[in-house]
Amino acid sequence: MNSRKKRRLAFVLALVAAGGVLAAAVIYQLGQNTMYFRSPTDVATGQVPEGVAFRLGGLVAAGSVARGPGAQVRFAVSDGQHAVPVTFKGVLPALFREGQGVVTLGAVNGTGNFIATEVLAKHDEKYMPPEVVESLKRSGHWKEGEQ
Amino acid sequence: MTGELGQVALCFALALSLVMAGAGLAGVRQANAAARGIAVSATLGLLVFTALAFGALTYAYVTSDFSIQTVANNSNTLKPLIYRISGVWGNHEGSMLLWLLVLALYAALVALLGRGGPRLTSGAVGLQGLLAVAFLLFILFTSTPFLRLDPAPFEGAGLNPLLQDIGLALHPPMLYAGYVGLSASFAYAAAALMVGERGWARAARPFMLLAWIALTCGIALGSWWAYYELGWGGFWFWDPVENASLMPWLIATALLHSALATERSGAFRTWSLLLAITGFSLSLIGTFLVRSGVLSSVHSFASDPARGFFIMVLIALAIGGALALFALRAHTLQGGASFEPVSRETTLLLNNVFLVAACACVFVGTLYPLVLDAVSGTKISVGPPYYALTFAPIFFALLLLVPLGPRLGWKRGDLKAAWRALYPALGLAGVAALAVLALISPRTVTATLAFAVAGWLIGASLLDIRKRKGARASAFAAALAHAGLGVTLMGVAGTTAWRSEALEVLGPGQTMQVGPYILRFDGVARVEGPNYIADQGRLALMDGGKVKAMLRPEQRFYPAENQSVSDTAIRTTGLRDLYVALGDDRGQGRFAIRAYVSPLAPFIWLGGLVMALGGILSLFGRLRLRAPAPEDAAESQAQAAE
Repeated sequence: MNSRKKRRLAFVLALVAAGGVLAAAVIYQLGQNTMYFRSPTDVATGQVPEGVAFRLGGLVAAGSVARGPGAQVRFAVSDGQHAVPVTFKGVLPALFREGQGVVTLGAVNGTGNFIATEVLAKHDEKYMPPEVVESLKRSGHWKEGEQ
Repeated sequence: MTGELGQVALCFALALSLVMAGAGLAGVRQANAAARGIAVSATLGLLVFTALAFGALTYAYVTSDFSIQTVANNSNTLKPLIYRISGVWGNHEGSMLLWLLVLALYAALVALLGRGGPRLTSGAVGLQGLLAVAFLLFILFTSTPFLRLDPAPFEGAGLNPLLQDIGLALHPPMLYAGYVGLSASFAYAAAALMVGERGWARAARPFMLLAWIALTCGIALGSWWAYYELGWGGFWFWDPVENASLMPWLIATALLHSALATERSGAFRTWSLLLAITGFSLSLIGTFLVRSGVLSSVHSFASDPARGFFIMVLIALAIGGALALFALRAHTLQGGASFEPVSRETTLLLNNVFLVAACACVFVGTLYPLVLDAVSGTKISVGPPYYALTFAPIFFALLLLVPLGPRLGWKRGDLKAAWRALYPALGLAGVAALAVLALISPRTVTATLAFAVAGWLIGASLLDIRKRKGARASAFAAALAHAGLGVTLMGVAGTTAWRSEALEVLGPGQTMQVGPYILRFDGVARVEGPNYIADQGRLALMDGGKVKAMLRPEQRFYPAENQSVSDTAIRTTGLRDLYVALGDDRGQGRFAIRAYVSPLAPFIWLGGLVMALGGILSLFGRLRLRAPAPEDAAESQAQAAE
C-alpha cells in the first residue's frame, strides 16, 4: 500500500467514524426532542404522563375562555368527547376564537391542567390544522367536507 | 378573453418546450448548428409564451376578473394594487406559473449566454426543456390558473392577510429564483455526464452564484417577515417549511465551494456533479413538502392528492434519472489532480463535509415526523432543541475553519504561514470575547464563543480585503460573504442571549418596563386601512417625564377574508430593536401587550445582505474578467506529476 492510498484510507475511515458519531448524535437528539401530538381524549384517559411536553390539539370549547388575572388566560381544548383545561400566560394569536381549531404546546401538571407555553392558531377560518382534524377524527366528531 | 389567451399561451409553451427538449438533446450526440438554432429559438419562444400567460393572469388579478376561479379565490377589489399583483403567486396555481416563468428565464440565459462547449450547452438547454415539459403538464392537468367560473361572483374571497405584506410579496419570487436557479446547475451537471465534459463547473458557475444569491435573499426575507409579522419576536422557527429552503441553500453553498476546486484543479469533479444533482433535488422536495399540504403552514395553499402525486413522480424521475446517469457515466469524468493534506482543497473538502452533515441533520429532523406518521400514524414534531444540538455545533465548527481556507495555497499550503497571517484576526476574536464578557450581562458561554468566532471571521475578512487590493474580485467577494456570516452570527447570538421580554395587561395610562425602556400605554384607537380596520395601540416610549417616541402596533381585521393579523411596531437603533405587539382585548380598555428588546437583531438580516453582496460581486467580477481557464493547465501538470 503506497502512502497516497494509506492517506486515502485514513481519510475514509475518519469520515466513516465522523458519520457514525453524527448519526448517533442525531438519533439520540431526535429521541430527546420530539414532541408527540395528543388529543384531549388521550389526556383524559390518562395516556399522557405528567410533566412531559407534548402538543395538544382540538377545538377551543365554547364558553370556556376566561381571561385574567394579569396576562393569564384559561380555556378548554375539546375533541367532542373530552375537554382538557388549559392555562396559558401570554398573548393569544389573532385568530384565537371559541370553536376554532387550536394547537397548544406544553405539559400536564399534577392537577390535570395543561400548562401551555405556546398557542398556535395562525390559520384562516377555512383552514383546520391537520393535527386537529386527526384529533376530531379519532373521537368520531369529524364531519367530512367540514373544511 | 385574457384567461383563454393565457391558456392558449400555455399550450404553445408546452409545444415549444417539447421542441426545445428534442432539439437540445439532439445536439448532445454531435454539435449541430441547425439543432442548436432550433433549441435557442424554442427557448426564447417558451419564455415569450410563458411571460404572456403570466401577464394574462396578472392582468386578470389587477382588473379583478372574478370569472377566473383563482382570482375569485385569492383576490378582491379592496386590495391595494401591490397585493393584487403579489396575489398572483400567493396561491398554488399562480405560484407554479411563476416557477415556470423563472425556469424559462434561466433556460433563455443558458441558451443565449451559456459558455462551455456547444454539446454541453445544448444538453443543458434540452434538459431544462424536459423540466419545462414536466411543469407545463403539471400546470395544465392539475393546476391550471385559468379555470372559469360561471356565474362569476361579484366579489372575490381575498388573500390570506398574512401574505398581504411587502416581505412576503417579494419572498416567493426570490426563493423561486434560487430553487429554479439550481435547475440550471442540475441541467449542466446532467448534460456534462451525457457529454463527458470536464469543464462543466466553469460554465455552470454563474448560474450557481445567481441561485445562491437569490436563495440567500429569499431566506433572509422570509426570516425577516416571520420576525416582524408573526409577533413572537423570533427570527427562525425550524419550521419544516423554513427547513425546506435552508437545505438547498446549504447544498448550494457546498456546491459553490467544491466547484471552485473543480474549476481550479479538477478536484472533486464527480462530487460537484453529485452536489448539483442533490441541490436541485432538495429544491423539488422542498416544493413538494410545501405545496402538497403535508405540512400545515401559511405556505400550504391546497392539499390536492393528485398534485402531491404528480410532484412525487416528477421528483422520482428527475432524481432517479440523474442518479442513474451519474452511476453510469461518472467514471468518464473521474481523475482530478491530487493534493496535499494541507492545502486549499482540504479546507474546501472539510467545508463540504460540514455543510452536507449540517444539511443531513436538517433533512432528518424535517422528514422524520412525516415518515413516522406515514409508517405508524404517530404524530410528532421535532423541536428547536434538536437543531440547537445537532445543526448548530456542526455549523459552528465550519465557521472556525472558514478563515484558513483562502490563506492556504492550492495543492499544497503552508499552515504555519497561514496561521501567522491570521494573528490579527485571532486578536480581534479575543477582544470581541473579552468585550462581551466585560460589558454585557448575562454572561453566557455560547454568546462569548459566538462573538469570538464572529471576530475571527470578520477580522480575517478585513485582512483579506486589505492585503489583496488589486487582486481578483473573487477573493474580495469571498471575504465579503464570509464577513456576512460573522455579522449574522453576532445577530443570532445577541438576540438569543440577551433578549428581554415583557408581557403585561395594561389599561390606559399604565406603564410597563422592558429591558431599559419604559412604555406608557395611551389606549387604543380605531384606524382604517385600505382593506382592513385596525385597533391601533399607542405606546409612548418614555424618557424621564417626556415622550421620546410613539409606537403603534396594530391588530388588523380584514372583513373580506374574515381574518385578523397583528402588525408589530419596531423601533430600531440599528444595534437593538424595541419590538411591541398588541395582544387581545381584556375588557375595560385594557389590552395584553407583549414587548421585546432584541439586541443586535438587525444584524441577522444585514449579514444576509452582506453575504448576497459578496455573491453579486463574485458574479460581476467573473463576468467582467473572463479569466482564462486554469483547469487544463493544472490538469496537464497533474498528469505529468503522476
